[in-house]
Amino acid sequence: MPDSLTTTFGTTPAAAGPAREPFRTTAGGRIDRARPLAFRFDGKTYAGVQGDTLASALLANGVHLVGRSFKYHRPRGIMTAGSDEPNALVTVSRDAARTTPNLRATQVELYDGLAAISQNRFPSLAFDVGAINDRISSLLPAGFYYKTFMWPRGFWDRVYEPLIRSAAGLGRVPTAPDPDRYLQRHAHCDVLVIGAGPAGLAAALAAADAGARVILCDEQAEMGGSLLADRQSTIAGRPASAWVAEALAELAGHERVTLLPRTTAFGYYPHNHLGLVERATDHLAAPSTEVPRERLWQVRAREVVLAAGALERPLTFPENDRPGIMLADAAHTYVARYGVLPGRRAVVAAANDSGYRAALALAEEGVEIAAIADLRRAPSGAWLDAARKAGLPVQTGMTVTGTSGSLRVDGVSLASVEDGGEVGATRDVGCDLLLMAGGWTPSVHLFSQSLGKLRFDEALQAYVPGIAAQPIRAAGGADGEYGLEEALSGGQRAGVEAAAAAGVSGASPRVFVTVSPPADTSSVLGALPHPTASRGRDPSRVRAFVDFQNDSTAKDLKLAVREGFRSVEHAKRYTTTGMATDQGKTSNMPMLGVLSQAQGKTIPEVGFTTFRPPFTPTTFGIFAGAARGELFDPARRTPIHPWAAAHGAVFEDVGLWKRARYFPQRHRNGAAEDMDAAVARECLAVRQGVGIFDATTLGKIEVVGPDAAEFMNRMYINPWAKLGVGRCRYGVMLREDGFVLDDGVVGRIAPDRFHVTTTTGGAASVLNMMEDYLQTEWADLQVWLTSVTEQWAVIAVQGPRARDVLAPLVDGIDLSAGALPHMALAEGRICGVPTRLFRVSFTGELGFEVNVPAGYGRQVWEAIHESGQPYGITPYGTETMHVLRAEKGFIIVGQETDGTATPDDVGLGWAIGKAKPDFVGKRSLTRSGMMDPGRKQLAGLVSADGQTVLEEGAQLVGDARMNVPMSVLGHVTSSYYSAVLGHPIALAMLAGGRSRHGETLYVPMPRGLAGSIAPIAVKVVPPVFYDPEGTRLDV
Amino acid sequence: MLLIPCPFCGPRPELEFRYGGQAHIARPENPAALSDGEWAEFLYLRDNVRGVHAERWRHIHGCARFFNMLRDTTTDRILTTYKTGEPRPEAV
Ligand SMILES: [Zn+2]
Repeated sequence: MPDSLTTTFGTTPAAAGPAREPFRTTAGGRIDRARPLAFRFDGKTYAGVQGDTLASALLANGVHLVGRSFKYHRPRGIMTAGSDEPNALVTVSRDAARTTPNLRATQVELYDGLAAISQNRFPSLAFDVGAINDRISSLLPAGFYYKTFMWPRGFWDRVYEPLIRSAAGLGRVPTAPDPDRYLQRHAHCDVLVIGAGPAGLAAALAAADAGARVILCDEQAEMGGSLLADRQSTIAGRPASAWVAEALAELAGHERVTLLPRTTAFGYYPHNHLGLVERATDHLAAPSTEVPRERLWQVRAREVVLAAGALERPLTFPENDRPGIMLADAAHTYVARYGVLPGRRAVVAAANDSGYRAALALAEEGVEIAAIADLRRAPSGAWLDAARKAGLPVQTGMTVTGTSGSLRVDGVSLASVEDGGEVGATRDVGCDLLLMAGGWTPSVHLFSQSLGKLRFDEALQAYVPGIAAQPIRAAGGADGEYGLEEALSGGQRAGVEAAAAAGVSGASPRVFVTVSPPADTSSVLGALPHPTASRGRDPSRVRAFVDFQNDSTAKDLKLAVREGFRSVEHAKRYTTTGMATDQGKTSNMPMLGVLSQAQGKTIPEVGFTTFRPPFTPTTFGIFAGAARGELFDPARRTPIHPWAAAHGAVFEDVGLWKRARYFPQRHRNGAAEDMDAAVARECLAVRQGVGIFDATTLGKIEVVGPDAAEFMNRMYINPWAKLGVGRCRYGVMLREDGFVLDDGVVGRIAPDRFHVTTTTGGAASVLNMMEDYLQTEWADLQVWLTSVTEQWAVIAVQGPRARDVLAPLVDGIDLSAGALPHMALAEGRICGVPTRLFRVSFTGELGFEVNVPAGYGRQVWEAIHESGQPYGITPYGTETMHVLRAEKGFIIVGQETDGTATPDDVGLGWAIGKAKPDFVGKRSLTRSGMMDPGRKQLAGLVSADGQTVLEEGAQLVGDARMNVPMSVLGHVTSSYYSAVLGHPIALAMLAGGRSRHGETLYVPMPRGLAGSIAPIAVKVVPPVFYDPEGTRLDV
Repeated sequence: MLLIPCPFCGPRPELEFRYGGQAHIARPENPAALSDGEWAEFLYLRDNVRGVHAERWRHIHGCARFFNMLRDTTTDRILTTYKTGEPRPEAV
């Protein structure tokens, strides 16, 4: 989609002098009119001021249309003034990489030069092709995807899903890597206070007074919450905003208090572990590279005070989603805090006094109030009196039956509701702003995340925190305490109690004398009454939106109930209500209201859905933190690594280790050998002369103690009691279920000391399993385990000339065949440093593995390499090692085995100590399925044409005709070209493999036209391809 | 992230630990004496507790010791931790 990102960011100065903001008031609010800012939205330049959000600045310019809805592409405007915004999602770009989609314009702080674009529209906001979905909305009911895109099955992946994904969706993510830095911090505190409105400030002051370590976080740039827009109230005789400033100054002066503005508590995890994201630079025009963009705070709080406030509820009436329809409290905030008029002529639909407060604030600034439609039948109180006194037209017992306007609301249909519930005659009122005051919803998301139980409060018609599952208490709006005095005293109490629960107490409680007009805060739930007989409307086109972000309507929810989705969890998923990025902040309670009406059940009977992290969307950056690129995982390097790198090795990752895979040589023309050529050369060098290989990454465990042999007997399938000191044995370890876990050579250094080697990848799990049995099953055994992987460098010297290479270097070790036969070891010195020298071979050639203390690894390697020069000693890598061992039929655990192979399956039945009464996994080997002759067994394969190198993982079948489906007999586990044999070889796990030697089987491979298969004929052979008698070892 | 009271080291973050499955499942003294069914039960059958669960943990990046823990699987509340070999405490 040509979203023309390039036209919306760049360096063009916006100083061309944007028109002044036509909807900005002349005075008041917490903005700085003396600091004008310029910004761009969809390429057009506008003016704003310091202290604006993108939303307030757009409204100051009369811009309400800011997005298109997710499903129907309906024009949408700014509905809220905070993190609950469902509609105004924008993409903010500093450059092609620093582009963040799906930000709420209500939370984006304005800076000079900010560039934002709207989303989900093509080609433009005002004319959007996708709006066709709105015309055909009757074809897109709830569950549309599930019902429509069922058949044919293959169409889902190829046609439907790509189509749906391209048509739907929110913003687009940038494709360039994120150039910003993200940091992670861990913090501990006695009391974490979430939200810095009146309750949060009072709680923080109380806890700080008691001497507690306090963290106070708030998602907004400025702390103070509702007090920042409160023009009526006083606290301790001071205007609310002045009290906020003093409270914050006092908190900032406390040594044990940390204030975190612009910080959202997004996740609540077990044991009072919370995730907070601090946005450090997103509000700056020119962020310093010294400062990370965001910080993840992982806070472990002894006690939490949830003072996140309450969210105003929209009303559920037809066409409640047009631009210019806004929550009453949001409109009040725009006027009082940002000095912005969201319209010129307003209609207010109110279920409580919030609508009056907004209407009066707007009227004071000259906005015409065309009507206050009060849903209550007989309201009373100070706010009503004030409205009447101000001459505002109040009508009670009213409902909203519809709205008009295309890109902006231009009229509202109001009707009275009679005593019997019938809806009276409709009257249309012209307006450019419609406010909704549907009541309050405590922001209980984090309480719900903490697994606390919510309680439905009948009087409030809202869920409030009930029984806590963790040390958390709520205060203020989040606890249903909507009045200022209640919020302050509730916060104070929560702060004192939290500090005491954290073991800190002693402060004398403060008394907050407040003057604040009392307000009715009742709530309504469910769709507003509207005429049953449609008045000139097509009923199928009347939609009252419940979830604005996911475009689900009251009708969708009713349909879900009719179709049998009675559980709230099912109805929610079927209609996707509450499942958008706003986590149902404005839609959850309206959804429950509609479901309650549709099912004829009370709200508690309908049930509640669980809120999950994150509270608002978070970047991936904070979770990655510094763990990117090189730092994503630690890399383990052997002491010989620098030598290998200097000699041109190509490395591969094996677990966290970097291992030399092969050592390509340079041709005379400067080109490097390819891998096949290098491996063939290295293989022949080992078979014909001598090679040197870095085996340092092998896991090494020292098993020590008087019961070491007994412990080894129990852990490994092999017998160890009779293994002499100075001798080695190839050990195989099973899991208790009888399947091969690991293997490696074990040397007996002393009667009570074994030098155990494991596979490179298995070292940690083998040690863990040994410790498990030792600590929890056989605690009586006197054995100690020590990982010595990092302590020894291991240099394998393999090939017919290996002895000649080492002989001049060793001291006190007789390398002769008589003194040091195959599978023997000797301790002594090499190049003057101590060594454990094993005569072992993973190649089938005469071989030694020289263990030296890791710090001497490179020095000894270089000495051996030097000593081997007369014999053409050739460094080789893991690829060559793999080929050499495959030529000998030696398995690699994890390549031939896959967690379902017994020792017998891979030809290692001989290693089992038959006389041993028990070892880990022994009992499992006699279960009937483990002895089935049809089990997959290790076998060798050679291609019938003598040329084709099979693909590892390819399947084996018996039928050359390639009729689909085919019965699979096994699969190729290892496959290489053998230079010494002059043809390809492969190992396979094949059903009944040992009884199939000589058979011809087939490997089906895709060939030619897409979808067609051709067989490769292979012959089954014994798995040892080279020197089956083992004569090359005994030299 | 859980805050786990290691009986040897005190409270430490979950990152330092490795879960070890259900506790108090002793390896049979004489596996050969068990029927295939009994052995399979030892190998594979575990409780799926809703509520207090006795489970093994290892402080693998700390003292490296195995120990047992009573944890409520519905709330993640840790009732107690105790040393391997000790009997399961009464649920508190
Ligand atoms: Zn510990």
